[in-house]
Amino acid sequence: MNIALIIITAFLLISIALGLLAKRGKEMSMEQWAIGGRGFGGIFVFLLLAGETYSVFTLLGTSGLAFNNGAAAFYLLAFTALGAITSYWILPPIWKYAKEQNIVSQSQFFSVKYKSQGLGLFVAIIGVVALIPYITILFKSMGILVSATSYGAISSNTAIWIGMIALLVYVMVSGIHGSAWTAVLKDFLIFFVILFLGIYLPLHYHGSFHGLFQAVHDMKPHALTLPDKGMSVSWFISTVAISAFAYFMWPHNAPTIFSSNSAKSFRLNAVLLPIYALMILFVYFVGFTAMVELPGLKDGDFALLELSLKTFDPWFVGIVGATGLLATLVPGSMMLISTATMITTNIIEPLKPNISDKHKGWSAKGFVVLLSLVCTFFSMSSGDTLATLYLTSFSLITQMAPSLYLSLRKKNVVNKYGAGIGMFAGIAIVIYVTFSKTTMADLFPSLPSIIQDLNIGIIALFTNVVLMLVVSLLTRKSTVAVSYSSPKNNAL
Amino acid sequence: MKPYYLLAVLPFIAILGGAAFVNRIEPYVLGLPFFLFWIILWAVLCSVIMFIIYRLDPLNKENEE
Repeated sequence: MNIALIIITAFLLISIALGLLAKRGKEMSMEQWAIGGRGFGGIFVFLLLAGETYSVFTLLGTSGLAFNNGAAAFYLLAFTALGAITSYWILPPIWKYAKEQNIVSQSQFFSVKYKSQGLGLFVAIIGVVALIPYITILFKSMGILVSATSYGAISSNTAIWIGMIALLVYVMVSGIHGSAWTAVLKDFLIFFVILFLGIYLPLHYHGSFHGLFQAVHDMKPHALTLPDKGMSVSWFISTVAISAFAYFMWPHNAPTIFSSNSAKSFRLNAVLLPIYALMILFVYFVGFTAMVELPGLKDGDFALLELSLKTFDPWFVGIVGATGLLATLVPGSMMLISTATMITTNIIEPLKPNISDKHKGWSAKGFVVLLSLVCTFFSMSSGDTLATLYLTSFSLITQMAPSLYLSLRKKNVVNKYGAGIGMFAGIAIVIYVTFSKTTMADLFPSLPSIIQDLNIGIIALFTNVVLMLVVSLLTRKSTVAVSYSSPKNNAL
Repeated sequence: MKPYYLLAVLPFIAILGGAAFVNRIEPYVLGLPFFLFWIILWAVLCSVIMFIIYRLDPLNKENEE
């Protein structure tokens, strides 16, 4: 075992210990385990949300995308800043309603808001499906991380198994409380490691940032702007737009949002999160430095780690690896906890209404294990880059946004049928496109590339919204007629 | 709807609407190619604008629960 691996293992033990400490002396009901009893203050909520935003994907996937596709990677920073703004208006009403109705998960939000257990169940399933590519990213990253820092001694697949077991132990120990404290440690580490790598590496190899970009430009003249075709300007705009639109739709964001003790936290977050997004800039610097320094590297997702291995002593590689580990554990535990909670409250509970709290806890934990196994399988079999998996996950969660946002209005034009069918169509399109590898160009061969390059999520979203409105209108005729006749509504 | 909320639309116009016009390398600003600089600039302005809105909005002065 080399120094790097020893350091990574030490950090794993520390985070498990933090989880145990956080758990001590607290009765863990399902509400406690999942959302910390709605007692978290503004800065803590910020740390948790930031913790979910900045995962190991930020380190490996972002630098990998910059390495592989250059300027296309800038979309990540753009949508993070724009998406964060929406926190100001979207999250307070969601939080308020959840608090009034004692809601603990996203799918429960849908089932209560639309008064339909069926819709809640459906959203729970979508949530699980949408998180599978993301959790797969985490396990894959864990594999990359451990195999790279072991200097090839541990194979990627063995590393994925080790990583999965570490994550499971961590999640079982303490639920969200452990995540919150480890999130503090992780945010601290990721902040300094990204800043250090992003400043040191370009200066070390090129003297200045300008020097770095000129070297990139000399080597690949088109890397610093969007290409005319493929990940072009219209790809960029459509991808930023839908990603920002659905920024807080992650099922694992919901428990964090509900764990807040006030609506003000979210308005403060809208101020803090965009500037915090600048961290991503420093990851770009790493990716571009790797582009110049590691011309022979095949897999961009290894760029950050390979460049670290080339540049630093093993102990520092260990720190980078430990940062990646924590950046996997924190979001990973959030995702697993929220999906398991959703399955339990929306699928198991309706089937077995008299289930005890203790059994609910057990069932949630059982699903955590099951889900981990599924994602382990995918992370070993999928050949996609981290960034591709991320885009897929995003296209899936986007489909929940329209019916959720409209449900926040005083008078919702959408009903449960419209919401369900719209989402179903959107999700079906995304899944079909993902597995069949269809592109917009295949669908519309005669249209100009400005249309062909659009993110396919836009088509899914458009279909979703149209169906949602049409179906709602058709299935609601009678109620609409009644409400139009009432003078109160005419005044609106 | 408070009128100063409209300030939050500016970053969307700048990044989504501006992308086609700023997709270029020259001029370098602060060592960054122009496209990257433009996005960074607006990420910072997002925070500035939201800070202004946060301070203007009476919602944030009252203590809820």
